[in-house]
Amino acid sequence: MDFLTLIQVLDSTVRMATPLLLACLAGLFSERAGIFDIGLEGKMLMAAFFSAAVAAVTGNVWLGLLAGIGASMLLSGLHGLASITFRGNQLISGVALNFLASGLTVLIAESWFRQGGRTPSLLTEGRFNGIELPFAIGPSEAEAAGRPLSELIGEANVIQQIWSELISGHSILVYVAALMVPLTWWVLFRTRFGLRLRAVGENPAAVDTAGVSVRGLRFAAIGIAGVLCGIAGAYLATGLQAGFVKEMTSGRGYIALAALIFAKWRPWHALGACLLFGLLQAVALRFQSIQLGGVSIPVQVMDALPYVLTVVILAGFVGKAIPPRAGGQPYVKER
Amino acid sequence: MEKMPKWADVVLIPVISLLLAAVISAIVILLIGENPMEALNLMVNGALGSTYGWGYTLYYATNFLFTGLAVAVAAHAGLFNIGGEGQAMIGGLGLALVCLYIPFPHWSIALLVAAVGAGIFGAAWAAIPAYLQAKRGSHIVITTIMFNFIAAAVLNYMLVSVLKPKGAMDPATAKFPESTQLPSLHEILAPIGIEFSKSAPANVTLFVGIAACIVVWGLIWHTPLGHEIRALGKSERGAVYAGISPVRTVMITMLISGALCGLMATNNVMGEAERLVLNATEGAGFIGIAVALMGRNHPFGVFLAAILFGFLYQGGAELALWTNIPSELIVVIQALVILFTGALDNMVRMPIEKIFLAFRKENA
Repeated sequence: MDFLTLIQVLDSTVRMATPLLLACLAGLFSERAGIFDIGLEGKMLMAAFFSAAVAAVTGNVWLGLLAGIGASMLLSGLHGLASITFRGNQLISGVALNFLASGLTVLIAESWFRQGGRTPSLLTEGRFNGIELPFAIGPSEAEAAGRPLSELIGEANVIQQIWSELISGHSILVYVAALMVPLTWWVLFRTRFGLRLRAVGENPAAVDTAGVSVRGLRFAAIGIAGVLCGIAGAYLATGLQAGFVKEMTSGRGYIALAALIFAKWRPWHALGACLLFGLLQAVALRFQSIQLGGVSIPVQVMDALPYVLTVVILAGFVGKAIPPRAGGQPYVKER
Repeated sequence: MEKMPKWADVVLIPVISLLLAAVISAIVILLIGENPMEALNLMVNGALGSTYGWGYTLYYATNFLFTGLAVAVAAHAGLFNIGGEGQAMIGGLGLALVCLYIPFPHWSIALLVAAVGAGIFGAAWAAIPAYLQAKRGSHIVITTIMFNFIAAAVLNYMLVSVLKPKGAMDPATAKFPESTQLPSLHEILAPIGIEFSKSAPANVTLFVGIAACIVVWGLIWHTPLGHEIRALGKSERGAVYAGISPVRTVMITMLISGALCGLMATNNVMGEAERLVLNATEGAGFIGIAVALMGRNHPFGVFLAAILFGFLYQGGAELALWTNIPSELIVVIQALVILFTGALDNMVRMPIEKIFLAFRKENA
């Protein structure tokens, strides 16, 4: 495997890790506030559909993004209604959201576009296209030289290859996702809101005693989760791919959940976990089987590895994953 | 004092939840430009209007019986088994191995041995999450979700690289030998003079499912083990005080739950497809959640809910065939049922409790 192939796999890793990271941070906010969120998958799927649908109809990808975030927030609101207002089972509510999204998206897609549960393919204006950073070799240089982009990059030096292939050329949402990591860390660990949010996930009664609304904080947390899942879904349908197809999240919400546990509910570790799981997806995408010291590893191992790793972490064999203490329990205010 | 009579809890609340789900589904159908009454009519005719329709309804219901019972048994111990899908997949794998490699003289012996194989494989797949929950405190919901995906990868590998016959294109096993083919309802009912559709997939495993309902009912309410399971589900501390070992009870409960999911393979793999294909479970593991919630975790309730969902699935398939409503409508209905009977239970329950309390005060 030459250097350029490696860079290309890493480039693909970044693309695959982006939706995982956004969803993982969404789960981080929610679960740190004591609300289990199995519905990441559903929220992403809903956002993916509405962003693609609105982008296809209006031709404006930013309107699409807004629609995606709105749809995801709506599901978040439903989750809040069930798990905060009516103190229902958060896990069951999450399961219901996932089914709701998986059914509704196809139903609405069929009713609006009649293309077998998908949206029309998005043209350039309807998508988040790659941003070319300064000094990077991009499509415009390739056009000027009249040669394929990969050839040009292949001939460049190592630093230029890393800059042009790996760092430059992603859509803006990829950079947004990367910025979300320090931002999440700062909000959670350096602001008053973050302190209260974490407290509400550990000991809501204490927060309540201090005169801060438990409900308000929890709704705020799942609201943020809704926004992040919305961006993740929009990236899937308008950045990574050009349009919505049925079940296009294909388990990414659950991988994000796995990454969240793998990262033990910490933002920087979440970045690491999502990059690792993104790498596994990128490798599975590029190679059918991998030769490792004479043994060929089937591609299914790559598919299963994120889940296996998470189970190992959960089992407590490699450090213990301790969730926020009040996670999953509805808060009943004392009368 | 109880807030409301038992019948309200067992009958009234599920029925109201179901009505709410139905009303919202009707609104959804209206919004996508179709007529809800016509849709209902089509569904009833398609699913219940002929023995062919009934054959499919009962076939789906049999699947949901097994997974619904599995979720219900786990729920009695306070465990949420979301891994029915994976357990049913691996159960199918166990069943396929038995059917492919052991020669049987008669279908009844084949069914018995295959059921044991499927049950053992399903239980084994539930064993690891159960052990991790019982011994290491890892949350069973998360581990069973992870095991669903791992099961899919295992099944994919087995079908693509190991079990696929040479030269075949699609990832599936060879057809099972003729001696393992189960009699369909047509063959069972014909000798007693009932004409039943030949082409419908409902088969003898329907009776296995009904038997499983009765066994589970006996187990939960009339054995010491069932008592231990329910005690653990009500209060772990109380159960420990009564000398019940949580580790042992969690393990046994999940093994039973996994085995029930595995048993589903006798219907969908052995009874219908007669070979193991990739997406054999078709989400039945998850429908078990809705069925158990709807049926209030009681085997008889599960039985009724399984028939209801069987009707919805067959009716939905008919809808997709004759109208512009895709069969995903059923997934929406399923989601609404889970939402109302599970997550939003309090929203339905609280007003009804208030009404009953008001009545009681008047009478007092």
